[in-house]
Amino acid sequence: MDFYLTALLQGLCFAGIAFGIYISMKIFNIPDITTDGSYTLGGVVTGIMLTHHQPGWVILIAVIFAGGIAGALTGIIHTKLKINALLAGILVMTALYSVNLTILGRSNLPLLNFGTIFNTVNFITNGNQNSLLILGVFVTILTLLIGYLLKTDFGIAMRATGNSEPMIRALGVNTDRMKIIGLAIANALTALSGYLITQLQGFADISMGIGIVIVGLGSVIIAETIINWLRISSVWLSLILVMAGAVIFQMVLAFTLNIGVDANLLKLVTAVFVLLIVGLPCLTAARS
Amino acid sequence: MIELNNISKTFNKGKPNQVVALDGVTLHIQQGEFVVIVGSNGSGKTTMLNMLAGTVSPDFGSVLIDGKYVTKLPDYKRSKWVARIFQNPLTGTAAELSILDNFRLAALRTKNKGLTVGKTENFKNLVRDKIATLGMGLEDKTEQPIGTLSGGQRQALTLLMSIMDDCKILLLDEPTAALDPRSAALVMRTANELIKQYNLTALLVTHNLKDAGSYGSRIVQMSEGRILKDIATEEKYKLKQNDLFEWFG
Repeated sequence: MDFYLTALLQGLCFAGIAFGIYISMKIFNIPDITTDGSYTLGGVVTGIMLTHHQPGWVILIAVIFAGGIAGALTGIIHTKLKINALLAGILVMTALYSVNLTILGRSNLPLLNFGTIFNTVNFITNGNQNSLLILGVFVTILTLLIGYLLKTDFGIAMRATGNSEPMIRALGVNTDRMKIIGLAIANALTALSGYLITQLQGFADISMGIGIVIVGLGSVIIAETIINWLRISSVWLSLILVMAGAVIFQMVLAFTLNIGVDANLLKLVTAVFVLLIVGLPCLTAARS
Repeated sequence: MIELNNISKTFNKGKPNQVVALDGVTLHIQQGEFVVIVGSNGSGKTTMLNMLAGTVSPDFGSVLIDGKYVTKLPDYKRSKWVARIFQNPLTGTAAELSILDNFRLAALRTKNKGLTVGKTENFKNLVRDKIATLGMGLEDKTEQPIGTLSGGQRQALTLLMSIMDDCKILLLDEPTAALDPRSAALVMRTANELIKQYNLTALLVTHNLKDAGSYGSRIVQMSEGRILKDIATEEKYKLKQNDLFEWFG
């Protein structure tokens, strides 16, 4: 059972990435690849600041800023230099690898002897359950903040940007600025996932972000499938589904490991799983 | 209200596919005028409209709106005066957003989109009342994504959206080109009523000579980037549809 509890904890940590991809999909219609880099950036900033005994709230703010800057860079490259959004993301992600390595100073940084968000605040003596409670509170606050943002006038404009750029410009929105801000928010959220997971697993690693974009993408696609299926239009419900998507995704991976699938095949399983969800609407439509 | 002074625009300058879209066009439009622009494909109609909207900037010449020099102002800053109806009904609305969200954005065309929730009960009722005037039965579907509606319905809503906020100039770029005849007639009728009711300055680009004949207070014919004919009020009313057909003969 503990096995699935760990998966649940990881899923909640990944809610940030899922929200980030959800936002970048809304603005761009494509997932933002910067994710791989900004997730690791969040992780290494957390790691290095913990080892320098910085207070928790300072680390949190630093992580949000670091992720935000990474996202804004992608946005600026895309809008000001007219470079394809996918390529802009890849460029920043590639550059971030060196930045992350420089910040971390080595490829792996263990944090077992430092006070993380999960072992300084104790509500329950059981470690995992305590983590679950803290994560629950953290993710709830995050969901409330993003939900409120998306419901504001600014949020509506942000959600409309990916739908029809000529329209939203004709309504007086600077879409370039909107994309830069949107990507900054998305990557700040992604960095928060790195912040959480680094503290949960007790180390920061330079390769922790490789292929992580698929986790966010998978979560959002799970959510969108349900959203389209049930014709959900509520912003709150959509966000909760995106968060649930992140948890379901980890649960499926935990399940595959549990039934004895080789851990080396995990990325393959991940890809096939995402492919299945993406293809599901098409496959069911073809049959009926 | 609107001044286009000696506007020239060449696309792909110096390349084999160079196109002279506008060639020294001067057009002054008074407040409250409803100008219909006709002309064959590639005559520069849409480029002229985009010049006003701010999506295309001229190589030479100047654009003035309400006495203000706006030649270098990007489209999202001209929304203060200008509302646009696009040729493609899908362009004018954000498909995934609800009718209400679309109207909320439209109500803020000249204002800042801030960090407050603006969809109050008051606002919802206002939108419902406005939509009810269309008589399409859409007032009960305001929470529905606008993408689920037909092209005609979306185009009619886009028209209403344009008067949700202070609007001086309405640009209509072949608004009925993608619609069936019945929806097209409804959209044109709605447009005409709104223009009169709110005393808007309007420009309509159209290929439909019947519409060109029956709507508007002034008609401009364009050809190869120049204004060929410019016929105002009284004479326009005398124009017969046959005369218009002859223009293209």
